[in-house]
Amino acid sequence: MNIITYSAEQQEFRKRLRDFLEREVSPYVDQWEREHLVPKSVWQKMGRGGFLCPSISTEYGGIGGDFRYAVIVAEEMSRTCCTGLAASLHSDVVVPYLDSFGTPEQKRKYLPGCVNGDIISAVAMTEPDAGSDVAGMKTTAVEQGDEIVINGSKTFISNGVNCDLLIIAARDPGIASKHHAVSLYLVEAGTPGFNKGRQLEKMGWHSQDTAELFFSDCRIPKQNRLGENGSGFMMLMQKLQQERLTCVLGAVPAAELVVEWTVERCRTAVQNGKPLIKSQAVQFALVEMLTEVKLGRTYMEKLVMDHIEGQTIVVETSMAKYWTTEMVNRVADRALELVGEYGTLEDCPIVRAKRDVRVMSIFAGTNEIMKGIAAKFMGM
Amino acid sequence: MELTRSQKEIQKAAQEFAKGEFDKEVTVELEQSRSYPAELLQKAAELGFVGLQFAEEYGGGGLGLVDACLVAEALCRKDSTMGSAVVLAAFGAECLHRFGDKKMKEQYLEQVTAGKMLAGIALGESDRGDDFTVLDTTATRSDNEWIINGKKRYVTNGGAAGFYLVLCRTEAKHAENSGVALILVEPDRPGITVADLGDKLALNSVALADITFADVRVPLTNLVGKEGQGLAQARAFLDEVKILAAARAVGIAAGAFDRALAYVKQREQFERKLAQFQITRHKIADMATKIELARLITYRAAADFDKGKADPTLSAMAKMTAARMAVEVADEAIQLFGGYGYMTEQEVERYYRDAKTIELCLGTRESQKDRIADLVIGKLK
Repeated sequence: MNIITYSAEQQEFRKRLRDFLEREVSPYVDQWEREHLVPKSVWQKMGRGGFLCPSISTEYGGIGGDFRYAVIVAEEMSRTCCTGLAASLHSDVVVPYLDSFGTPEQKRKYLPGCVNGDIISAVAMTEPDAGSDVAGMKTTAVEQGDEIVINGSKTFISNGVNCDLLIIAARDPGIASKHHAVSLYLVEAGTPGFNKGRQLEKMGWHSQDTAELFFSDCRIPKQNRLGENGSGFMMLMQKLQQERLTCVLGAVPAAELVVEWTVERCRTAVQNGKPLIKSQAVQFALVEMLTEVKLGRTYMEKLVMDHIEGQTIVVETSMAKYWTTEMVNRVADRALELVGEYGTLEDCPIVRAKRDVRVMSIFAGTNEIMKGIAAKFMGM
Repeated sequence: MELTRSQKEIQKAAQEFAKGEFDKEVTVELEQSRSYPAELLQKAAELGFVGLQFAEEYGGGGLGLVDACLVAEALCRKDSTMGSAVVLAAFGAECLHRFGDKKMKEQYLEQVTAGKMLAGIALGESDRGDDFTVLDTTATRSDNEWIINGKKRYVTNGGAAGFYLVLCRTEAKHAENSGVALILVEPDRPGITVADLGDKLALNSVALADITFADVRVPLTNLVGKEGQGLAQARAFLDEVKILAAARAVGIAAGAFDRALAYVKQREQFERKLAQFQITRHKIADMATKIELARLITYRAAADFDKGKADPTLSAMAKMTAARMAVEVADEAIQLFGGYGYMTEQEVERYYRDAKTIELCLGTRESQKDRIADLVIGKLK
């Protein structure tokens, strides 16, 4: 039984997206991995095709779709293994801040571009000394007349090189309470004082332009504050449920793909004169992997439906984020071993998959943070 | 188990060498350009770190596998990739040292131990380094020569080695162990084609290639040991180098652990050092325990080997345990570093990849278990 059911329209959307990705993305992924960047034109093509920000209302160019569209995009993107084109991050994590908390003017100014791909967005929370501990951030935003002056640095920012619009969290040094000092701001690329630093070399996500960002007396108009002054944490917290669910949508399909490849490989690879898949140990390992993947799929789909119904599932999404991202790493780690020495070559798709999925148990709050949140919300 | 004074000195010398010579930026450059650290090997060889377990008459250290393991561990601890590259320079020479004749050893081992030549051994023909059930490479006798035909896969130092020990079938197959021989093939013989295997998960500075032999002719005197001994020699070689691989894994794990430990003692989040969180402390405790367990079995296997009581069961156990442990410890190190752990700059992600490679080579966990079970269970009535 499928927990998530899709309308004819959504199925048609999936088909169009798959065609688009097969034509415009999959053939170029290796090249983008080498170049460590996805061309902005690809984002534009994806936007023009109607595949970015499907949740945004028609008023701003979107289709006003429910979260099932996010599932479709995440699943289809997983099959391309293109981490650089971080569509889910843009559509389901960053832009929703603007959509939920932006003023009508802000929304009119930026949302159509986010939908059509002219604007690539990024969110900047993490700092060199404030990772898991978001409240420890040092970047400051000080009001001066009609302007806000931002100083500080951010790191590990996905879409950091390509981004045209940044949502940045910064604190007002005049407010003592850490939790009431943080606000969110919209900063356009090219604003004087906003400098994109070096692109970071990583274990995986080679086509993703993760970067450091620097702010030195960066002045933005006061109207670029997003939401109420001092409500940064409230906004972040409100959006974390969907952010974590988006991580799950990345992890489960990635694990499914890895297992699919592994089963296929084990059918053809031979050891001791017989196909690997005829080895009892290999069969058991594959069955265990498939079981984990199916458990992940079931939990993911259930949470997607709960989320669409508007339920508060902070504990469950924290659990799912931790479990599915560890699961995909376990599965990829085991898969590599089953394929043997072929698993040492980049030619083997599981190698890139493993390098790419490793970050999932770290980003969007490490899994240790997830467990801490679940414990706290359950009153432990 | 206590190290002798001389072993402690060797360990210290290797640690100092690694500290003085390894540079993570150079490593990253070599990995990206896929260049072997030839100068580093030369320096390591000058200090006697290559071929410690080989006889002194061939430039070796006249020492044991324990000594070689101590060096492998110390080098990999300081830099998992460069350490591995240096240790793997002699990969295959172990076999020549044990089974080759005096002339071969004089000609090749001296150069290997001097750091002037990389060794090569071409055993497997599938993506299972220890599966010799597929053995289609043939060596046919013709007057004074062997004529070799076949394709070997995943040859370490392939294309860069000064010789290859090639496992060949010299007679039609009728029993598992008969009719197989190791034959030394010089790389400049006509008919050899090297196909590099391209970018890898790890160890890009060390060449890995498939090698095809098409009517490659070598003198009959290139036979290593006796005809019919090839499989036994290959197995004995694997049993020896699995222990060295285990020592590399222990070093890699210890290196990842060192870095993670230093980080959690310095990094503050939520106004506390990471090392003050119980969950971090327990992770550190687990990692330290795992390393110690793997180290014990590795050196036990090496010490038995040196006493002339080489135990293939222990070799397989050590390789399997140490490689798994290193993968888990390096993976946990990445996690403790958080976002930094995923960045090339912090090294631990490279330690993880290097550890994973050890797990995939010389036989997977399944293979090791097959071997251990064979030896433990024995023949059923």
